[in-house]
Amino acid sequence: MAKLPSIQELVQSSLPRFPGATLEGTGWMRTKPAFTPGSYCYPAKLDTMKGLGMPNPHEWAPENEDWNLPQGWEKIIYKALEDRLKKYRSLQLFMDICVRCGACADKCHFFLGTGDPKNMPVLRAELLRSVYRKDFTLAGKLLGKVGGSRALDPEIIKEWFAYFYQCTECRRCSLFCPYGIDTAEITMIARELLHEVGLGIHWIMDPVSNCNRTGNHLGIQPHAFKEIVEFLCEDIEAVTGINITPPFNEKGHEVLFITPSGDVFAEPGIFTFMGYLMLFHEIGLDYTLSTYASEGGNFGLFTSSEMMKKINAKMYAEAERLGSKWILGGECGHMWRVIHQYMDTMNGPTPKHMTTPVSPITGTVFSHAASTKMVHIAEFTADLIKHDKLNLKPERNDDKIVTFHDSCNPARAMGLLEEPREVLRAVCNNFVEMPENTIREQTFCCGSGSGLNTDEIMELRMRAGLPRGNALRYVQQKNGVNTMACICAIDRATLPPLADYWAPGVTVTGLHELVANALVMKGEMPRTMDLRQEDLEYPDDVPEDDDNGDAQGEE
Amino acid sequence: MAFSLMAALGIGILAWALAALGLEMFVGFILPLTAFLVFLGGMIWRVTTWARVPVPFSIATTAGQQKSLPWIKPSHIDSPSTKIGVAARMGLEVLLFRSLFRNTAAQTINDEGGPKLVYWSSKWLWVFSLLFHYCFLMVFIRHFRFFLEPVPFFITWAEDLDGLMQIGVPRLYMSGAILLVAALFLLLRRLRDPKLRYISLPADYFPLFLVIGVALSGIMMRYWFKTDIASVKELIMGLVTLSPSIPEGVRGSVGGMFYTHIALVSALLIYLPFSKLAHSAGLLFSPTRNMPTNTREVRHVNPWNPPKKYRTYAEYEDDFRDAMAEAGLPLEKEPAPGLHEETAQ
Amino acid sequence: MYNARYIIPGIILFVVIFTVPFWINICTPEYSRPELVLPAEKDCIEPVEYMRAEHMRILNEWRDAALRDGKRVYIATDGRQWDINLQNTCMSCHTDKVAFCDTCHDTNSVTPYCWDCHIEPQTAPAAGGAKQ
Repeated sequence: MAKLPSIQELVQSSLPRFPGATLEGTGWMRTKPAFTPGSYCYPAKLDTMKGLGMPNPHEWAPENEDWNLPQGWEKIIYKALEDRLKKYRSLQLFMDICVRCGACADKCHFFLGTGDPKNMPVLRAELLRSVYRKDFTLAGKLLGKVGGSRALDPEIIKEWFAYFYQCTECRRCSLFCPYGIDTAEITMIARELLHEVGLGIHWIMDPVSNCNRTGNHLGIQPHAFKEIVEFLCEDIEAVTGINITPPFNEKGHEVLFITPSGDVFAEPGIFTFMGYLMLFHEIGLDYTLSTYASEGGNFGLFTSSEMMKKINAKMYAEAERLGSKWILGGECGHMWRVIHQYMDTMNGPTPKHMTTPVSPITGTVFSHAASTKMVHIAEFTADLIKHDKLNLKPERNDDKIVTFHDSCNPARAMGLLEEPREVLRAVCNNFVEMPENTIREQTFCCGSGSGLNTDEIMELRMRAGLPRGNALRYVQQKNGVNTMACICAIDRATLPPLADYWAPGVTVTGLHELVANALVMKGEMPRTMDLRQEDLEYPDDVPEDDDNGDAQGEE
Repeated sequence: MAFSLMAALGIGILAWALAALGLEMFVGFILPLTAFLVFLGGMIWRVTTWARVPVPFSIATTAGQQKSLPWIKPSHIDSPSTKIGVAARMGLEVLLFRSLFRNTAAQTINDEGGPKLVYWSSKWLWVFSLLFHYCFLMVFIRHFRFFLEPVPFFITWAEDLDGLMQIGVPRLYMSGAILLVAALFLLLRRLRDPKLRYISLPADYFPLFLVIGVALSGIMMRYWFKTDIASVKELIMGLVTLSPSIPEGVRGSVGGMFYTHIALVSALLIYLPFSKLAHSAGLLFSPTRNMPTNTREVRHVNPWNPPKKYRTYAEYEDDFRDAMAEAGLPLEKEPAPGLHEETAQ
Repeated sequence: MYNARYIIPGIILFVVIFTVPFWINICTPEYSRPELVLPAEKDCIEPVEYMRAEHMRILNEWRDAALRDGKRVYIATDGRQWDINLQNTCMSCHTDKVAFCDTCHDTNSVTPYCWDCHIEPQTAPAAGGAKQ
C-alpha cells in the first residue's frame, strides 16, 4: 500500500478541477481516467468468474491498453442496455429527465474527496447517459456531440469501470435530487453492463463466489464457522463468567439469526457478535444460527440483480428447512437494503409456516415486517429496552464519548434512524451527534461501501471518507468523542482505518458491543473487562460477600 | 452555448422574416397548431414509454424515520408508509420542490483545527426554480384571456393579483418580469458555477434561451412594441376554432414581435416532450419518490421476477458433510459409513 | 402498460386540460371582434394607430401631469394644444364608456384602474370632478 498523503495535502488536492472545460459542456468527454496503482480495484480472478458462470470471463488488467474485450462487445453492451431499459423504469426515467441542475454535485463523498468532476453524480450518470442518447434517442443520433451523445468505444468502457467503481451506491444524491434520480440505480446497472463483457473486481466477486459455496463471504466452512463462534464464546466466558453454547443449524427454533459473516471473523465485528450472543442468552431467546445461511451481507447487490437474488435466496430456504417462524437480522448496511427493498420481491412470498414476527420477550408484534418476517436487531433491542427487559449499567461505558454513524442503507433505504439511537442512549451516558448535514438521512458513506472496502485503493477510500472523517474529527475536537458506533459490518471494517487517518484515537464499535458491555447478565461475575478484554475504567464493584452484585446501577 | 443561442435567436428572427414576407398564416396558424399537436402527442408518447417499463423493485429513498415500533414517531411524509403519505410527499415535491429545498453547498475552509469541510444551507436554486415555475404558470394562466370568450372571472383575478403593485400603464405583471429574472438567474448560474458550466450541454442552454426569448418578446409586446391585442385575440380565437384568419392589426412586419413570440412558444412546445423538459411529467414517475416505504409489510411484485436459482442446502451439505459431521453439526443425511460420528467439543 | 390505473386517467386529464379552449369554443357561438361605436368626431388628439397602442400611456401621463405637476396643456405631435382633462377633452367625444372603452377592454380582459378614483361617466356627459 502506498503511503497516504497528509490530511492537509489530501484536502488541498480534493478541491474541484475541471479539465478541458468548454461552453458546450462536453469537454469532459476528452479526458480519460488514469489507471495507476492505487487508483483501481484489482480485477476478479478468471476462475472465480468462470465458477460463477459470469458472462465472457477473460484475463485483463486495468493498466493494460487493451482490456481483451470479447468479440462483438459493442453489441453485447447495446443489447444489455436495451434489456435493462425495458426492465427498469428507474433507468429509462433517469436517462430521460435529468436537467443537470447540479444539486447533486457536492453531495457525493467521492466528488468532495477527489475533486474529480466525473464523480459528480450528474456527470457519473452522463457517462452512461451520453451512450444512451446516441443509441436510443433520435436527438442524440441526429445531433451527435452537440446533443451530448457519443458513440461507444473501449475508452468509455474503461471510464465506466473507473467511475462506477467510485460510487458506493449510498444514494445521498438521490435525497437531494429534485426528481429523485438515484445514482445507485445507474451504478448498479452500469456494473451489470461491465459484467456482461467480463469485467468485475476481485473484492466483490471473491466474496460472491465464497458466499455461494460456503454460505458466507469469507469462505468460512461450516465446521470452522462453528469453531470460531465457540472461540468467541470462550471470550465471553472470560469476561462474564457465563458459558454460552449457541445452537447451529438446529430445527424447530422460533428465530433464525443471520448477521454478516464479518462479525464472526474480524475485530471489531466479533465484539458485536459476542454482544448478540450475550443478549440472546440473557433473554432466553429461542434461536439458531445457520452455517448455510451464515452471511447477512450480499455482494450480489454490487454485481447484478440475479446474483443478489441467488445469494439472498438462502435466507428463506434455510428458514423453511429449519422451521423458523421469523428471521432476526444483525447489524449490517447493504444487507438491510437487500432485505428491506429487494428480498420479498425477489425471493418471497415467505415460506408458509413463517409468521409475523413477535418478540417472545415483550409480545410486541413487528407488524411492519409482516410480509418479509425479518426484524432488525436494533428494532428488537430497542423494544426490549423500552419494555425494561434488560438490566443495563450504562456507566460501564462512561469512559466513552460516543457518536453514531448512520450507515447509508439503513438510513436512506429503510429509515432506521431512531431505533439505534434509543438503544445507544440506554447503554451509554455520553452520546453526541455529528453535525446535522452528516447524519440521519443526510449521512455520509464511510467511503468504502458497495464492495470498495479493499486495501489496494486505500487513498481513494480515505478521500471518499473525507466528509465522514471531517465530521468525526469535528466532534472529536469539539466534544472529545472517542468512540464511533455503527450498525454495519462494512463500517466496522472500514471505519477503523478511516478514524486512524482522520481522527486518530477514535475507536469504532458496533451497537451491540456497547449493549453487551452495559448488559448485566444473570449470574455473571462482576465485570472488570469490556468485551475487548481491556480493563474497564469504571469496573463493577466486587461484592464482599453476597455474590449477587446489585444490578440496577443508576447514575 | 453559442449554438443554443443561435438556434433560439434564429427561430425568433425567422418568424419575423416569414411574417414580413406574407407567410403569417404559416407562423400564426399552421406552426402553433402543429406545435400543439406535437406537444400533446409527444407527451403522451413520452409518458407511455415510461409506463411500458415495469418498476421491478420498491426503491423509495427514505428521508426520515421509518414506521416500526409503535412509540417511535414515523416520518409520515418523508418516509411514507401509506398511500396518503406518498401523495403528500409527491404533492410537496411537485408544488414546493421539497427535495431541492434540502440543498446545501459544501465548502472547504481552513481554521486552527486544520482544513474543514462545511455545509451551508443553499436555497437560491430552490427560490429561483420555484419563482420560475410559478411565474410561468401565472403567465400561462393569464394568456387564457386570448383563448376564451367571455374571459372567466378567475383569469381576471389572476391578472389583478399579478398586477397588484399597479406599476405603470399597462400595469406591470410581476410574473413576466420575475420569470425573466429567474430564467436569467438559471442561465448565469450555469455560466458562473464551474461545476455547472462543465456539465451544461447545448440542450440545457437552448430551453433557457427559448424561455428568455418568449418572456422578452412578450414583455416587449406589452410595454414597448405594442401589439394590437384585439387583433391578437381575433387570431387566437380563430386558431382554437380552427377557422384561420389573420386580422389586419397583426399583418406583416407590424406583427413581427407577435410572430416571434408565437414561434418561440411553438418551439418550446415541440421541444418539451423530447427533451429534459419532460421532467415535468417524469417527476410523477420517479420510483424513489412515489413508492411507499412499507416494503417489509407489503410485498412488491416484480413482473419479470426470474426463477430462483441458488445453491441449495442439500448441495451445500453434500459438499461439507464429513466436516460437518465431525464438527457435530446436525445433518439431513448421515455421512457415508467409514467416518465415525463424534460430537466435537 | 404498468400502473395504468394512475397513468391513463392522468393522460386523459392532461389532454382535457390542454384542449379545453378548443372544446369550449366549439360549444359556444363563434367569436367575432367587437365593433366599436366610434364617435362622430374623427379627429383625435393623435393619429388613430398611435391612440390604439398608447392611449393608456397618455392617460397615465395626463393623470400625473394634471394632478401631480399641475400641468394642464398637452402639445400633440402635430403641434396642436389640448387641455389635459379626461372629462372635458377625452369624454367630450368618447361619451359612452360602455360602448367605447369597455367593448375592447372586456373581451381582452383589460381592467384599467382609472375608475377606482374617477366616477364612471353615465351615458350623458355629466359634471363629475376627479378626486385626489
